[in-house]
Amino acid sequence: MSDNTHKLSTKQMIDFVSNGFIRLDELVPEALCQEILEEVKNRKNKVIWAEKDESVYHAFDQTTILGKLLRLPRMQGTIESLVGANPRFDHFATHLTPAGTRKGTDLHQDAEYDRRPHAFDIQISIFPTDVTEAMGGTLFVPGTHFRRVYVGDIRRYQNVVGQVQTVCKAGTVVFWHHNLWHSARSNLSDLDRYMLKLRINPSVKQERLWDTTSDSDSPGLFDVLQKELPWQGNDGRMEIMQRIKLWRYLTGDESFDLKSWWTRVDADPFAPVASDCQSTV
Amino acid sequence: MMSKEIISKQRQKLMLLYLGNASLESHTIAWSIYDGTGEYEYEAKGTPEPPYASVLEAMRDGWRVIQLPVLQAPEKGREYETNYLKYEVALEKIEECYE
Repeated sequence: MSDNTHKLSTKQMIDFVSNGFIRLDELVPEALCQEILEEVKNRKNKVIWAEKDESVYHAFDQTTILGKLLRLPRMQGTIESLVGANPRFDHFATHLTPAGTRKGTDLHQDAEYDRRPHAFDIQISIFPTDVTEAMGGTLFVPGTHFRRVYVGDIRRYQNVVGQVQTVCKAGTVVFWHHNLWHSARSNLSDLDRYMLKLRINPSVKQERLWDTTSDSDSPGLFDVLQKELPWQGNDGRMEIMQRIKLWRYLTGDESFDLKSWWTRVDADPFAPVASDCQSTV
Repeated sequence: MMSKEIISKQRQKLMLLYLGNASLESHTIAWSIYDGTGEYEYEAKGTPEPPYASVLEAMRDGWRVIQLPVLQAPEKGREYETNYLKYEVALEKIEECYE
């Protein structure tokens, strides 16, 4: 994959920066969904952890179900847009939530150990069947990926305004930032719910990996970067400043700004410079 | 004919409202209910509306505020970091339960 045909657009990348996820409906063909189902019904809730530093494409060749999934053109293009053409395998898990399963409070963030300032992994959630609201598809809280919290501390929060529960058709895939707050939900239906989750790490700097030729001059392109989310309250401007920083990282443009949020802070003419600090030692 | 004894017990119902800012009139951005009476069972799904638009609205419906958040300036060097929801207000109702 090197051409731009199946990569994310600039607008989709901006949505990812703002909300922390991209959802692509019915990405996986029906026949492959059926193959996945057969496989996961046998595997139940099994996890495979990376045992060595290797590409996800090397870990899962094209004879495996996951290998086939990873080589779907839109899947490959989206992965390349976010973490590069040859990302590192982290772990893979199949999730089975049997019909009639109740879950308690479950809101959490996966990676308290991960304190990289801007680089991010992606988690890929694949839903091989239709998921109704009663089946309790994964619930996400858009825009929470900048929050520095510790795993289950946020389980105290039962509901957050603006939370989104995944209700989708079979073959839908959600690509999400590893720090996005999320929660498994009760399956109150009479159908089992399946979900596959794959985590991968970037092996290159995540700079301008998407289709940068697309819609980069569209009017209102950055509106979503400046849109405060309903749960952010007083912190809305701080969240916008985090988005600007992430967009700088992704574009390599350290001068990018909106409404001068960082420009005015960085423009302090009285701030000590490095040479001043050294002279006092 | 045997008389049936009715036993009254008091149980606490706890509601946590998370606000957009420190004012008790500001809008609810998140919420949780922990019900000691056992009547209410938590189930997050979809995009539900908060039970009360503000703490003040809940107070007017009989909820008692039992804890307010402490206001704290961020640590030096962490001024731009965001983490937990800052404005957590704990409210309670004491309800009679019968067996």
